[in-house]
Amino acid sequence: MTKPIIEIKDVWKTYTMGDNILHVLKGVNLTIHKKEFIAILGPSGSGKSTLMNQIGVLDIPTRGKVLLDGHDISTLDESELAKIRGQKIGFIFQQFNLIPTLSALENVLLPTLFQDDSKEEQKERAMMLLTRMGLADRTHHKPSELSGGQQQRVAIARALINDPDIILADEPTGNLDSASGKDVMKMLTDLHHNEGKTIILVTHDTHLINYSKRTIYLKDGEIEKITNHNR
Amino acid sequence: MSSMFHQYFLLAGKEFKRRKLRSLLTLIGIIIGVAAIVSLITLGQGLKNAIDDQFDALGKDKLFISAKGNALTPGLTIDAVKITEDDLEVVKQTSGIKRAAGLIYSTGRIEFNEIVRYNFVSGMPEESEDRALVGEANSYKIMKGRSFEKGDRYRAVLGYSYTEPTFFEKSIELGDTIIIQDRDFKVIGFLEKIGSPPDDQGIQIPLDIYASVFDTGDELGILIAQTDSGENVEFVAAAVEKDLRNSRDVEEGKEDFTVQTPQQLAGSFATILDIVQVVLVGIASISLLVGGIGIMNTMYTAVLQRTREIGVLKALGAQNKHILSLFLVESGLYGLGGGFLGVSIGVSLALLTEQLFFVFVGPAFLSIEINMFFILGVLLFSFIVGVLSGIAPAYGASKLNPVDSLRYE
Repeated sequence: MTKPIIEIKDVWKTYTMGDNILHVLKGVNLTIHKKEFIAILGPSGSGKSTLMNQIGVLDIPTRGKVLLDGHDISTLDESELAKIRGQKIGFIFQQFNLIPTLSALENVLLPTLFQDDSKEEQKERAMMLLTRMGLADRTHHKPSELSGGQQQRVAIARALINDPDIILADEPTGNLDSASGKDVMKMLTDLHHNEGKTIILVTHDTHLINYSKRTIYLKDGEIEKITNHNR
Repeated sequence: MSSMFHQYFLLAGKEFKRRKLRSLLTLIGIIIGVAAIVSLITLGQGLKNAIDDQFDALGKDKLFISAKGNALTPGLTIDAVKITEDDLEVVKQTSGIKRAAGLIYSTGRIEFNEIVRYNFVSGMPEESEDRALVGEANSYKIMKGRSFEKGDRYRAVLGYSYTEPTFFEKSIELGDTIIIQDRDFKVIGFLEKIGSPPDDQGIQIPLDIYASVFDTGDELGILIAQTDSGENVEFVAAAVEKDLRNSRDVEEGKEDFTVQTPQQLAGSFATILDIVQVVLVGIASISLLVGGIGIMNTMYTAVLQRTREIGVLKALGAQNKHILSLFLVESGLYGLGGGFLGVSIGVSLALLTEQLFFVFVGPAFLSIEINMFFILGVLLFSFIVGVLSGIAPAYGASKLNPVDSLRYE
């Protein structure tokens, strides 16, 4: 095993609604290593989205620590979190979440806008990524002119533009037919194999755990079990 | 950083395109406000230019002396205060005066082609140099025929309007006879078009004939004096005022006459115009304020509609300052777009008005100049109005929590 990239240490996330105190995460401990391909599996309400938000540094825990590359992010302010997100984590969403007014190429380039070292060669990189996603002839199309599968591939290219170590995919096949879904999963697998990206897959679809090497089963805010697959 | 802002402008521009109709509706307030301000200021400046041109044409070395209260309407004298030949002599004797002449106006009964009209008739001095002075001060130029000569008696020079069948159902020709106050006058000349109806509809006859026809004795309506070259016009005006006070035996501050220079006349016009302009621009500014509120409303709606997008941008690494700039640039572009349309409409309105004035009133009343610095200033101002209107919505957008906004449907 390589060294840990994400360490979740006794993380609690608690929401207070009036008199109700809701513990969505109850002391989760999890270590994710570099170049791992893991799946976080659980029914809705299990807390997997909340856990994903902690891993993706979209949110900080109520209690406990989240270490990213050994640095505690629980103490960082919003702009520092945003900066880390932009550099270290590539998000892929169930809804694709492309900006409708922008072309495929512009959508891929969008994350570079928020890094201080926005450069011209990133356009070449974006073209290269789109080509790798099989979209070389779709670079100037708007999301509405692309199929679901194509949109999700644009989203993968966008997730890769800043060359992050971690790809965080939230139900990436949830809105796709099975053929497109397989395409997308193949691309994630390739990224894992060929480039050594750390892939974290969040899903309730038990079929997808066939792609992962380790599966975390989440239930009621706690880790129920962890299985290793020898693939 | 600069290329980043360039990108923001591109992004905002695309957003602008996405909601064309809504954008246009949002901008109506700004468009009207800017169009009103641009056209009002341009027209006001155009009027001032025209007035300056007029007074420049009079010559900066002229003085105008008239009975108090009658400076602009000498023909309508109803009180007992009169300017006479005696006053003309006093002015001529004042040091610094090169030449002075008097003329008098009144409304007269004009008959031609068996139709009767009432128009201005003026008595012109006989000396050709005096007449030249009056002519120069009034921009009179002979278009056809001739001006008066020594010994002319019942002769008349007519304004431009009489060459058209406006008053008497047919145009008057050189050599025709018209009847002024029941006396026959032979038409010997026509003046070029000046552009002001009282001048173009005026009729000139010799001064001594005027005095007998209108029974005015030695009264003069207005004196026009020219200063010696190199004299300070203001000083000479003061000297004329002093001499007239002595001869008319009135105390300082209680003068029953006025001595005015072209600059003073132009200045009093400009002051009135300035006041009118300030009031009108003030009213137009209210429209800008309303426009700003319209932009603010649209930006609040946009933030709400794009909450999820904001969440996505934050997930992709956008910091609060990035979201803030993005929305500020967008609302600034709303302002700039409104300003651009408003400027186009305002300038078109001003030019159209100038054309209408030219056709229906005359060429001398409006002289429009489009000042590029003014236009750029207005555009910058519109952009700033947009940015200011966007501050509150953009700040709200920047503070959105990424987790909640990503979940927003």
